[in-house]
Amino acid sequence: MKIEVIGSGCKKCKALFELTKEVVGDMGLGAEVLYSMDVNKIVAMGVMSSLVLAVDDQPILVGVLPSKEKLKEIISENI
Amino acid sequence: MNIFYPIQLLADWLTYTVFWITPKTLLASAVNFFIYDSIKILILLAVIIFVVSIIRSYLPPEKIRVILSRKNKYVGNVLASLLGIITPFCSCSAIPLFLGFVQAGVPLGTTFSFLVASPMINEVALVLLLGMFGWKIALIYTVSGLVISILSGIIIGKLKVENLVEPFVYQNTINANANLSEKKTKERINYALDYTFGIIEKVWVYVLIGIGIGAWIHGYLPADFLAQYAESGKWYAVPLAVIVGIPLYSNAAGVIPLVSVLTEKGVAMGTTLAFMMSVTALSLPEFMILKKVMKTKLILIFAGIVGIGIIFTGYLFNWIL
Repeated sequence: MKIEVIGSGCKKCKALFELTKEVVGDMGLGAEVLYSMDVNKIVAMGVMSSLVLAVDDQPILVGVLPSKEKLKEIISENI
Repeated sequence: MNIFYPIQLLADWLTYTVFWITPKTLLASAVNFFIYDSIKILILLAVIIFVVSIIRSYLPPEKIRVILSRKNKYVGNVLASLLGIITPFCSCSAIPLFLGFVQAGVPLGTTFSFLVASPMINEVALVLLLGMFGWKIALIYTVSGLVISILSGIIIGKLKVENLVEPFVYQNTINANANLSEKKTKERINYALDYTFGIIEKVWVYVLIGIGIGAWIHGYLPADFLAQYAESGKWYAVPLAVIVGIPLYSNAAGVIPLVSVLTEKGVAMGTTLAFMMSVTALSLPEFMILKKVMKTKLILIFAGIVGIGIIFTGYLFNWIL
């Protein structure tokens, strides 16, 4: 499983990366969380907002920085 | 009856009864103005952002691009500008937006119409204009903004500047039909609530500071204090306002309450409109980001055309109003 945060390098993107690492750690998924600034990847997924959380190259969260609980919910629904 | 009348009653009650300030003093006038404007603007912001967010949940950029990629030039420019109104714009999304549009076959001119309208005409600016200047000025701002974005896009389209876009942009083409799942009504409402509170959380400090300074000037500075520096007769007032506006970005929420008072103290309306358009539409950070996908020359052409449009608008309304 590949969990990846992609963004243009803004503050929110880094915050989402940190939060995702934390949540993935808490959930004991044992997956590595990647961080990418390659905007082309976002566009290739068919998305047009900066800040994307993708699991196996499928965008599961776009454009927002959720709360920790919300993020947990979203990740567990999509793995 | 003025629908804001209850707020005025509340502001009067707080000023004269709760805070025990003697009526008809400068302090009373400033405090009353601050309470009234803050409450009114925050309520307007909450209501209008919520409504726009609901509309937006039906029209995310991914869907807009499908609409725009099927339209011919002029219709595309008009639609792109109109759709730009409801789309929020953050300079960090400028690149994915640009790539996503162009690679899906949306013409360059249409893409630029969207890039101009989206930040310039947004609901936060409109609420503040409506609250501080009334609906006529808000309407003038919206219509002029639309005209500028439509014309800028058409001109850029005519210039055939595709060669000034970085070559990699055109190497990829993508399928514009991303399969985004439809949202349920409950999800739309949740999204709209999240978004509304998110924006208010981000801007309320600026709004209050802006209104606060405004309230102070409103109460304490003489009415024509600024007229001697910025009256419409001074030919350089408009271009100066535009240049000052370029590096000021994302604080539009705080800038508007402030400029409304500057206008009250003698700055001409056209100059004020030009300043606000420059603050929102011409953004230095956005230009820096756009360098990743286009040559500096194209950014200068883009900024130049929009800038001239704004200056023209400023002169026009200084002359008419």
